Amino acid sequence: MNDTISLIFIVIGVVFDLFGCIGLIRLPDVYNRLQSATKSVTLGTCSILFGLFIKYGFSAIGMKALIAIPLLFFASTVAAHALIRGSYKSGIKLWDKTVIDDYKDVQK
Amino acid sequence: MKYITLFIIIFALWLLMTFNLETPNLIVGAVVALITSLVFGKGFLQDSKKFFQLQRYFWIIVYLFIFIWECIKANFDVAYRVLSPSMPIKPGIVKVKTSLKTDIGKTFLANSITMTPGTITVDIIDDEFYIHWIYVSSEDPKEYTNKILGRFEKYIKRIFE
Repeated sequence: MNDTISLIFIVIGVVFDLFGCIGLIRLPDVYNRLQSATKSVTLGTCSILFGLFIKYGFSAIGMKALIAIPLLFFASTVAAHALIRGSYKSGIKLWDKTVIDDYKDVQK
Repeated sequence: MKYITLFIIIFALWLLMTFNLETPNLIVGAVVALITSLVFGKGFLQDSKKFFQLQRYFWIIVYLFIFIWECIKANFDVAYRVLSPSMPIKPGIVKVKTSLKTDIGKTFLANSITMTPGTITVDIIDDEFYIHWIYVSSEDPKEYTNKILGRFEKYIKRIFE
């Protein structure tokens, strides 16, 4: 039973990781690509780790997988923030069809 | 006080990570936690009393469930935008104002925003968040502030302030 549930979680995780990668190729500019890279890939990987936790339960492996989830979450959000801010500061243009840019005003 | 709180947190994390209760392991964990808390205790939270107020933990659990739900919604949203042939995106960077005061509250709000449907925090300047939004659905600042921050702000206020 546990094996089946954990397998379901792992498959969901892999599928979301795949969506993230497709987004990385299809979306037009670096900002939109980061959207897909952060969200899909984070939840996908967290889902794989959670599947691992269900398979091994409260043992050394399972607990490590469970602790890795919040760490991964913080790491990926902070990394996304650093990347998106860095690319704006270094002058990468937004996509042509971008509708609004409030951040331009605070740049010198 | 800061140092003791940090020591307890690190030691608990160590026990969970290694998951064994033999004496050598406990000693190593205590030494590591002691060194780490002495080095990093200074930059730790300004107000460690908040760690021992139990109602905050209740709100953390409520927040966690809401957050996971939003996170799943975010993923279906992104998957839909990525997979549909016409790619329904309309990106832009908007400015929203928050009423949170503490640094840790702002950090958590920014991280939550990054994980919710179509938004990434680009920068925080004082109490203004600059947010990249994959589909700008309204032009009215009040409406989109509510749309982006409304779900989390009140819970984060209860947890961290």
